[in-house]
Amino acid sequence: MKVLVAVKRVIDYNVKVRVKADNTGVELANVKMSMNPFDEICVEEAVRMKEAGTAEEVVAVSIGVPQAQETIRTALAMGADRGIHVEAEQGIEPLAVAKLFKAIVDKEQPGLVILGKQAIDDDSSQTGQMLAALLGWPQATFVSKLELAAGGLTATREVDGGLETIKLALPAIVTTDLRLNEPRYATLPNIMKAKKKPLDSMSPADLGVDVGARLTVVKVEDPPARDAGVKVADVAELVDKLKNEAKVI
Amino acid sequence: MGVLVIAEHDNAALNAATLHAVTAAQALGGDITVLVAGSGSGAVADAAAKVAGVANVLHADDAALANGLAENVAPVIAKLAPDYSHTLATHTTFGRNVMPRAAALLDVQQISDISEVVSPDTFVRPIYAGNAIATVQTSDAVKLVTVRATAFEAAAAEGGSASVSAVEAAGDSGLSSFVGQALSSSERPELTSARIVISGGRGMQSGDNFALLEQIADLLGAAVGASRAAVDAGFAPNDYQVGQTGKVVAPDCYIAVGISGAIQHLAGMKDSKVIVAINKDEDAPIFQVADYGLVADLFQAVPALAKELKKQGTA
Ligand SMILES: Cc1cc2nc3c(=O)[nH]c(=O)nc-3n(C[C@H](O)[C@H](O)[C@H](O)COP(=O)(O)OP(=O)(O)OC[C@H]3O[C@@H](n4cnc5c(N)ncnc54)[C@H](O)[C@@H]3O)c2cc1C
Ligand SMILES: Nc1ncnc2c1ncn2[C@@H]1O[C@H](COP(=O)(O)O)[C@@H](O)[C@H]1O
Repeated sequence: MKVLVAVKRVIDYNVKVRVKADNTGVELANVKMSMNPFDEICVEEAVRMKEAGTAEEVVAVSIGVPQAQETIRTALAMGADRGIHVEAEQGIEPLAVAKLFKAIVDKEQPGLVILGKQAIDDDSSQTGQMLAALLGWPQATFVSKLELAAGGLTATREVDGGLETIKLALPAIVTTDLRLNEPRYATLPNIMKAKKKPLDSMSPADLGVDVGARLTVVKVEDPPARDAGVKVADVAELVDKLKNEAKVI
Repeated sequence: MGVLVIAEHDNAALNAATLHAVTAAQALGGDITVLVAGSGSGAVADAAAKVAGVANVLHADDAALANGLAENVAPVIAKLAPDYSHTLATHTTFGRNVMPRAAALLDVQQISDISEVVSPDTFVRPIYAGNAIATVQTSDAVKLVTVRATAFEAAAAEGGSASVSAVEAAGDSGLSSFVGQALSSSERPELTSARIVISGGRGMQSGDNFALLEQIADLLGAAVGASRAAVDAGFAPNDYQVGQTGKVVAPDCYIAVGISGAIQHLAGMKDSKVIVAINKDEDAPIFQVADYGLVADLFQAVPALAKELKKQGTA
């Protein structure tokens, strides 16, 4: 089975994000960019499937600016076999991303596509579910455990009330939650090897997909700041403040 | 045209999360219709009909809808949505699972996790773990939106008298099936609707030590939450996780114990009215958002807090 994994280039999760002075977006210049943490989990899961002999080939796909190819190289260094990059502007919307993935799936015919549950920049949590709809495939979202069985898969999902287990027919879409696995670090020899792995680049037009935006960003602002609080000396003062000042207990 | 709200439920009771989406729907104007898609879910339809402000309830009852599988629920939503100006669900794991699937069936770019309605086509939503707040305008004629529950008050569960009418389900896709669930059960209030939340982090050191927090929770009528590090370490179940990728809470009082205050954690609790932090590291970032900070070893401070609460009593 061929497995496709989605890897998005986003601001590193450790960076303190700053809103641009003109309120058109967030500052991206000279900011450390990394693979979306959930997508590292996708790559890890697919590479483990290859190591276990349940996947033959792992293809990493990223949609975005030319530097998204660096993100694909990271996936290749983690063990993916091949990369596909589709050029797109920063801020491309989940529906358009899902349409591009659909076009790639039509060509590549994978048995499984693994995406992150959420991109930590737009926090949309949409793309995998949209792709599943466009393909008419089943979806297992927010997955913390995945088992392949004859002709299908069993997935444990993290839901608000606890855990849920579902069975899907293949081909299928899976989106990863944090506890599915712990992604490996790419070693230096593997980073060198990754440079020689094949990476195709194409445009949305090559795939025949209209990626026109549906949303206009009117403005982007700082969140309201919280006023600095006080330190209390001990537990007695804390309880007193909560009762008599804040009146919340 | 009116607004369609997708009910969340377990076939027996209407989930309180839906009441917040009803309030967001009121901000859009027009009649509010609630869709209850389930199996043997008549009691839910009746409950939805009683919610203040709801004009109609559509009830799709079919075995294929018993467990909220997205493959079976999304087509029902997609068939109805074009008759409404907006279709809303709460941004819970249920809403997040089902709504984008319906949106793509309709060729609509969903707007996720809104915290404010500016106008019928313009919404405010947090991005980058709440470190930026975006205002976005959509050009889609049919609008699908998920709603951040903490940003909209719950509509009153009683006071309405909507009519209930049956609608057809879309059958079973045959693509997926439900195997089972392991839901946390607790006598304590639900995390996202509790008035007080006490959460523990890696500093708790073990799952057993969460009993210290449970003791406070029981004194205060609070819910217990956790940081990702505490969940990853197995101290607490996944449904306790508060944060960017866990639950968003905004209680009157949030007490963070042994939690450093990473941005991903703050994203889930910084809209709380009053924040209390107990941490032995006076430079922990959690103190930058805390109204009341106590620099102390939690293994001394938390038992002392229990004692003090018993002594001073609570309201
Ligand atoms: C993609 C992604 C998503 C994430 N989503 C979330 C999320 O939803 N929610 C979330 O919480 N995190 C999330 N994280 C993780 C986040 O970045 C932090 O790693 C996590 O919040 C840290 O948890 P913590 O504060 O419990 O642990 P630590 O950062 O290790 O902090 C432990 C704290 O306990 C204090 N402490 C230790 N012992 C004691 C003691 N005896 N008495 C008092 N204080 C003590 C220490 O001083 C320290 O401040 C996410 C990360 C990523 C990459
Ligand atoms: N531009 C992109 N390139 C590659 N993968 C993407 C892109 N956008 C979204 N994805 C995938 O979809 C997941 C969910 O993203 P979102 O729906 O934007 O929250 C991410 O974790 C990625 O796996």
